[in-house]
Amino acid sequence: MNPRKKIFKDNLFKFIIMIFSFVSVTPLFFILFQIVRNGISSISINFILKLPKGPGESGGGILNSIIGTFIIITIAIIISVPIGISAGIYLNEYKNRFAELLKVIVNVLQGLPSILIGIIAYLWVVKPMRGFSALSGGIALALMMLPMVIKSTEETLKLIPHSLKEASYALGVSYKDTILKVILPSGFSGIASGIFIGIARITGETAPLLFSAFGNPFVNLNPFKPVDAIPLLIFNYAMSPYESWHKIAWGASFLLVAGVLILNIIIKMAGEKWKVKF
Amino acid sequence: MKEDKIFKTTLIMSGVFIALLIILILYSLFKGSYLSIKQNGFNFLTGKEWDPVSEKFGLLPFLVGTLLTSVLSLLISIPFALSIAIFSAIYLKKSFTGKILNYLTDLLSGIPSVIYGFWGLYFFVPIIRKLEISLGILPYGVGIITASLILSIMIIPYTSSIAREVINLVPSELIEAGYAMGATTYDVIKKIILPYAKSGIFAGILLSFGRAFGETMAVTMVIGNSNTLPKNIFSPANTMASIIANEFTEATKNSHLSSLIEVGLWLFLITFVINFIGQTIIKKFAPEGGK
Repeated sequence: MNPRKKIFKDNLFKFIIMIFSFVSVTPLFFILFQIVRNGISSISINFILKLPKGPGESGGGILNSIIGTFIIITIAIIISVPIGISAGIYLNEYKNRFAELLKVIVNVLQGLPSILIGIIAYLWVVKPMRGFSALSGGIALALMMLPMVIKSTEETLKLIPHSLKEASYALGVSYKDTILKVILPSGFSGIASGIFIGIARITGETAPLLFSAFGNPFVNLNPFKPVDAIPLLIFNYAMSPYESWHKIAWGASFLLVAGVLILNIIIKMAGEKWKVKF
Repeated sequence: MKEDKIFKTTLIMSGVFIALLIILILYSLFKGSYLSIKQNGFNFLTGKEWDPVSEKFGLLPFLVGTLLTSVLSLLISIPFALSIAIFSAIYLKKSFTGKILNYLTDLLSGIPSVIYGFWGLYFFVPIIRKLEISLGILPYGVGIITASLILSIMIIPYTSSIAREVINLVPSELIEAGYAMGATTYDVIKKIILPYAKSGIFAGILLSFGRAFGETMAVTMVIGNSNTLPKNIFSPANTMASIIANEFTEATKNSHLSSLIEVGLWLFLITFVINFIGQTIIKKFAPEGGK
């Protein structure tokens, strides 16, 4: 082929790739722009400290859903972190057939569509307890977070050299203390960043909460009663026909996206600084 | 030592617990849909009508709706996702700009689904409505095409990150040999990198398909919620996930609730098969520790 033609083709290809890549990330800016433009005017102290008002009335805040989100996420963390870390250690310590099967199962859990987790939380918690509750929402989100904690624990521990364990044994340290006081602390930053990635992911989840936490226009601290959550509120208000509720939904979107993105950026930066290295 | 034994048992128990979870999930879905399976039988899969009032439950409108939205969104997203992967893994390898690009795509994947849906209502719906007016069809604004556009933006980061990792696994000897023969970057990508990474990229696309198939919130907000069989890509429709999201809390009849759970059961089975095939191919492509 004519070399000039060849170079032209090469440059043209690069140009097309560049354009497509550029276009793919523009939605990020569109979304952020729209959220900031529509949301920032709603943000005020009252927005965070007040309860929502009825349809058509302007003003009001989202205190109920902020508190609800914190309660649900706390429950999810309490359930998923210990079990997840324990199962992650198991996967790293045992190399048998069951462990191989378990890895597949963890992937299946992770691939579970979020709406199914909602159904499961309904069948397991809401139905037997005869009512929507913060607890069921927390269990739903724990199910979402569990595979992430397991995977990050296993992948972090895999990087820790065997010699560390042998050194610990040589000093007469028991198996339990070797894992809990030597291996786990050396992988701390990796596991912690996995947990925070999980938190960032579940904070914005809506589908698992539709039939579990359900929503509640008032502040509720009782885990056995329904609570609202920020993403749930965004969904309900965005789908309502009221302009004043749309405005609140934009303000809530601003808070949610700012929170999730800042968490993501912190994890990225901390992850690079405190990477598990040997 | 006794302590060690207790500790080991705890580890094993947590592993068994995870395995039990998936068995219990499957069991609960089966048990929940038992009434529907008994009442609707095989008609559930072939039925074109979904009418809770007259207790007619057919999955077909939602199966078609889900397939149309997820396939369409894949077709839209593939060129963009592959471009990002090629651009950041080859042209911008180890450069600062490449890092920024990866950062931005990661942020894109961090935005919650409900936000995509809300933004789609404000951004895409008016655009599609104008398009529909100019095409002379009913200007719903919401519908399969709107949902597909949103979905495609949501899965671009996912497909591109898998494709990028797969491209990074192409041995550099092959690439360098290509350059040594006088090939341009275009030739190297077309004749060496893409053929080598083909199966891995395919697996990435398959996993994204699984993602799009089960995606709920964003789709529910912009698809128009119609329970009839979609006529074309502009029709309002419902996907398997969105019908559950819409009707689950409103279902008062047991038969209705059970049918919705059966929709969930099928959603589980289909996404399981898609994800399983994708994971298997990925595993074959990138054996652990191999690079």
